[in-house]
Amino acid sequence: MAAGLVRSGLAGCGQQVSRLLRRRFHRSAPAALQVTVRDALNQAMDEELERDEKVFLLGEEVAQYDGAYKVSRGLWKKYGDKRIIDTPISEMGFAGIAVGAAMAGLRPICEFMTFNFSMQAIDQVINSAAKTYYMSGGLQPVPIVFRGPNGASAGVAAQHSQCFAAWYGHCPGLKVVSPWSSEDAKGLIKSAIRDDNPVVVLENELMYGVPFEFPEEAQSKDFLIPIGKAKIEREGTHITLVSHSRPVGHCMEAAAILSKEGIECEVINLRTIRPMDIETIEFSVMKTNHLVTVEGGWPQFGVGAEICARIMEGTSDTPGTGQGLAGAGLYYCPGNLGVVSPA
Amino acid sequence: MRKMLAVVSRVLTGASQKPGAASEVGRVLLASRNFANDATFDIKKCDIHRLEEGPPTTAVLTREEGLKYYKIMQTVRRMELKADQLYKQKIIRGFCHLYDGQEACCMGLEAGINPTDHVITAYRAHGFTYTRGLPVREILAELTGRRGGCAKGKGGSMHMYAKNFYGGNGIVGAQVPLGAGIALACKYNEKDEICLTLYGDGAANQGQIFEAYNMAALWKLPCIFICENNRYGMGTSVERAAASTDYYKRGDFIPGIRVDGMDVLCVREATKFAAAYCRSGKGPMLMELQTYRYHGHSMSDPGVSYRTREEIQEVRSKSDPIMLLKDRMVNNNLASIEELKEIDVEVRKEIEDAAQFATADPEPPLEELGYHIYSRDPPFEVRGANQWIKYKSVS
Repeated sequence: MAAGLVRSGLAGCGQQVSRLLRRRFHRSAPAALQVTVRDALNQAMDEELERDEKVFLLGEEVAQYDGAYKVSRGLWKKYGDKRIIDTPISEMGFAGIAVGAAMAGLRPICEFMTFNFSMQAIDQVINSAAKTYYMSGGLQPVPIVFRGPNGASAGVAAQHSQCFAAWYGHCPGLKVVSPWSSEDAKGLIKSAIRDDNPVVVLENELMYGVPFEFPEEAQSKDFLIPIGKAKIEREGTHITLVSHSRPVGHCMEAAAILSKEGIECEVINLRTIRPMDIETIEFSVMKTNHLVTVEGGWPQFGVGAEICARIMEGTSDTPGTGQGLAGAGLYYCPGNLGVVSPA
Repeated sequence: MRKMLAVVSRVLTGASQKPGAASEVGRVLLASRNFANDATFDIKKCDIHRLEEGPPTTAVLTREEGLKYYKIMQTVRRMELKADQLYKQKIIRGFCHLYDGQEACCMGLEAGINPTDHVITAYRAHGFTYTRGLPVREILAELTGRRGGCAKGKGGSMHMYAKNFYGGNGIVGAQVPLGAGIALACKYNEKDEICLTLYGDGAANQGQIFEAYNMAALWKLPCIFICENNRYGMGTSVERAAASTDYYKRGDFIPGIRVDGMDVLCVREATKFAAAYCRSGKGPMLMELQTYRYHGHSMSDPGVSYRTREEIQEVRSKSDPIMLLKDRMVNNNLASIEELKEIDVEVRKEIEDAAQFATADPEPPLEELGYHIYSRDPPFEVRGANQWIKYKSVS
């Protein structure tokens, strides 16, 4: 479907086909290591639990069940009740408990069985976790990770299929990452755990079982991917495809198909939703002049809408611009409110 | 003793020649009077739930403790009244939820725990912010939104933080799971610390509180859940909000005690009792403090549309916590009226100075609007109200 969109976007452009040296996506080492996203996440959490005693995991079925999707397999056996905690079905309660523990100096990983259930606890994520460092004038950090599967799965219906990237990506004070590959998963969640801020890690259930080649650097216990930096998965010159999570795979497949027709797509894997790496997208669009955003969330007020808005603002020949509340948080001090709101 | 001798020697060296000699002489007479070191008081017996026995029914108050409690409670009272005044002058704006009437709660609780224990409460937080160690000037400056405020003017009335004090929380009931989480950290760290987690009679009906009760009891977290029942959740009386107003029983499987929250000694003894229980590893306990607020819910509520002025007046005249302490101390020779009046004068001065500071201190600069979004991050730029306005963000 993505390929069709791209094709229609280029229709009538009269491109001169130029063959570029296509950069190979994965360079095969002699003994190529294939790791699934699930195992990458498991490995990452294991390493961080070992590295820092303050890290612990809590959520439904994370301990004795080995994780609803087996992401935390083996961790309870290794670390025990103190560090891997099964919770009752009380999202608001245990998310609040996790945030409180973070305020008191621990480094919790709070799992939501899916991010759909995080809606029950969203007040704790936004009002208790994201805003606190700002409201306290820099006194009270909240070093917490919220993780779990996000977006559509297979046939689980509307209540279990929502993508929360736009909702969480809206809020200052939060960092939001969305890994695609195994290397993304490992590097991003390790960075998230080591980050002193609240980080939402949006995984994808359908990606858990997908194997990727794991480069050597990713096999290190200190392999980190910086939060806030996108990755160009595939270079191209004709059109930019921007995506995050599972749809990155779709973009790569589309790019492969289009390449046979002489259309070279540049595929950008956002990796981080907030803070978004808009520069990488801007440079790419300046090169290709065409942009398609691909995501698993609804279009209105979505991640793609934000990217398009920012690209429109950034280029000199578009009149559109956006007015909004300053993306900093709502300053209590009443004198300043007049300046920071567009009204 | 030393003070008394100093006054005596001052008088004997001829200071009595100056005007005000009469008061000097009066003070000498006063200083030479012997106060008792301590006194024992009967306190109200607490109702108990799922407990064999409750806190003791007598309490010992030393002179030193009495003077300390008096000064602290009087400071909280005067600070809240000053905030009322500043609000009416529009120097404080936004939310302002005052604590006057409830001073025995914050004082008694603090007296029953250690500074290394942890406290978290909701938005009626100024009293606790003070008892947990922040000076009045930083509290008032935070209320007026100035940079000398404890949160640099960025939090305001409901978001004040101090060491082992986690605010100051605006969302009703959200602080209760947070408090259980802090208690989890206490247990995790094995340092024998506990967490006092406060909420009001209005918040007591929040679902997340019951989720927190369940997990705290399941995991035996060292958490004292404390319901400050001041009879009204905003404009709704407890009878209109709760099917069961026995808040100390609402924890069901969690043992509970109902405490006279207007008596600082009763609160202190109950807190010591509950703290010992939690520290022993038996799990959480619930305390209901029966108290009263003189002001309305917040400064935008006159507080008389849902309760009568007579009721407020009755509590003031019969159960005022500062008056109760004062009477006890004076009637049992722990302090004199003059001495307490002197403390009043000192307190008034401290509050005046703090109010001056809070009024004169400048607001935080606009350039710092973007600061403190992320912790321990390199500086970055934040978008303003439109794409051409940028603020720098520093951790």
